[in-house]
Amino acid sequence: MSATATKPAVRAAAPSPFAYFASATLKAFNTNKTSWIGLVVFLIVVVAAIAAPVLAPYDPTDQNILEKLRPPSMEHWLGTDSFGRDTLSRLIYGARISLIIGVVSTLAAMIIGTAIGMLAGWHGGRLDTVTMQAMDVLLAFPSLILGLILVAMLGPSMTNIIIAIALTSIPPFARIARAPTIAVKEREFVDAGRALGYSDTRILGVHILPNILPEILVMGSLWLANAIRTEASLAFVGLGVKPPIATWGGMIREGFENILDSYWLALVPGVAILIVIFALNLLGDGLRDAIDPKLKGET
Amino acid sequence: MTTFLIRRLAFAVVTLFAVLTLVFVLVRIVPGDPAQLILGDQASREAIEALRQRLGLDLPITRQYLVFLTGALRGDWGVSMISGQPVIGEVLKVLPWTIELTFVSLIIGIVLGVPAGVYAAIHRNRFVDYAVRISSLLGLSFPPFVSAIILLLIFAIALPWFPVISARSGSAFAWYQSITLPAISLGLISAAYVTRVTRSAMLEVLSEDYVRTARAKGVPWNVVIWRHALRNALIPIITVVGLYLGILIGNSVLTEIVFSRPGLGKLLIGALNQRDYPMLQGMMVIYTLIVVLVNLLTDLAYGFVDPRVKLK
Repeated sequence: MSATATKPAVRAAAPSPFAYFASATLKAFNTNKTSWIGLVVFLIVVVAAIAAPVLAPYDPTDQNILEKLRPPSMEHWLGTDSFGRDTLSRLIYGARISLIIGVVSTLAAMIIGTAIGMLAGWHGGRLDTVTMQAMDVLLAFPSLILGLILVAMLGPSMTNIIIAIALTSIPPFARIARAPTIAVKEREFVDAGRALGYSDTRILGVHILPNILPEILVMGSLWLANAIRTEASLAFVGLGVKPPIATWGGMIREGFENILDSYWLALVPGVAILIVIFALNLLGDGLRDAIDPKLKGET
Repeated sequence: MTTFLIRRLAFAVVTLFAVLTLVFVLVRIVPGDPAQLILGDQASREAIEALRQRLGLDLPITRQYLVFLTGALRGDWGVSMISGQPVIGEVLKVLPWTIELTFVSLIIGIVLGVPAGVYAAIHRNRFVDYAVRISSLLGLSFPPFVSAIILLLIFAIALPWFPVISARSGSAFAWYQSITLPAISLGLISAAYVTRVTRSAMLEVLSEDYVRTARAKGVPWNVVIWRHALRNALIPIITVVGLYLGILIGNSVLTEIVFSRPGLGKLLIGALNQRDYPMLQGMMVIYTLIVVLVNLLTDLAYGFVDPRVKLK
């Protein structure tokens, strides 16, 4: 028996969770071609939103009463609304609002929810029970209705909409961060860290967080879709960012008033929202397969 | 089973209590004095003071909380600021509309979703499976008001098969006409959720040993699927359906707006736009009651389909 077989001179470095996640993601993307479609479509929307001033043929708030409610034409590819504003330009600028509100509120929910879930899982006991009970209560209440009431109470500004959507999206992140924290807590490397005298913060942040981050990021992409849908729903019932700023939900709301003769005004932004949400769901679904093949296709 | 039920009942009571407290706090974190907001800038001091008294806002906060809690539990939810009618009466008047809509949508979701999910699971990674997965993912991407608008455009405006305003007028035909489009709009989205959870629950169960045993001893494949596998897959399906009911009730708000259908949704949006505080409080209480009730029913359903739950 050779010494090298039992005691290798150089221990193979354990792949970091990130390297594992990256390679698994690439593999999932390649076996699951639809996640590529999701990613590409979403990136196109992001680029369009960033390049809005270059891409939009008109100013999204420029009114022209002589040109109102025009059907799609060469000058106005997607027609004009009841104020004579160019629908295509409003659609491109509207993507900005959807993305900003969606991304900021999801990030906030992700950070707060993960922190709550990790702390509850780490400390266990009564703190854990009470926190997760509170999360279950929040989860049980219809989040759209809670969001509606919060925004109506606080007033429909961009910040308040972000706060409302973030608050209603915290529980799923807390839940998903808690279970793996409890599982990882019992592993040897955590004991080793404790023996070395590392603080709780260091163990949680440096040693546990990277292990659960992939799952949280996947949840993030799925909840980003949800946040964009909630923002549009709020705007549709009149609790969106104040007009004349273009938002997709607001465009549908205005278009719905003229649905009998100018159906495209409600239909175009509706389809735009659907495409973005579908793209994000395709992406998140594929990524989820990457980190946990067992979950394949679960809601 | 009894201890299980008692525990769940206790959780329901805690939930109810917690949400009522949340409602109480929410309505009071509004910047400014509600009485001032309701009456506007022109109102005299006396009028504001009188309204504060009528709303009970002059009482100490702990007293207000007690009055609110006992009132909420007794069904005394105050009087709407807009119509002047008791809130509970207004809510109960439109409640059947919303219950009917969510119920029919859920039935559509289960009737379409369970067979689709089972079928996809049996044909895993075949073309049908991909088709079902992609279409269910598309289905749950739909914002509920977008699906409603598309149905309205096709079946009420382009084809005059259904009324644009879905408010029924008595006969069975009128009922069918008023419920069909809204229920399909919500039902298809529900079906997408049910399909996905059924598929993954079935995949899990189909790899179990007892399924292989059943097949090995010659039980017909159909019986294995529907009796052995689906029965065991029901628990996660019930969990998701129970959770989904909360989303469904939220979604019904938007559907009711698009189809101009009476219901809690229209009442809620009206109350939000008018800042009708007693009405909003009452509506949150009724939503909470519905959610708590649904959770209890879900728990009962667990015990019904899975005898093991009773032992815990």
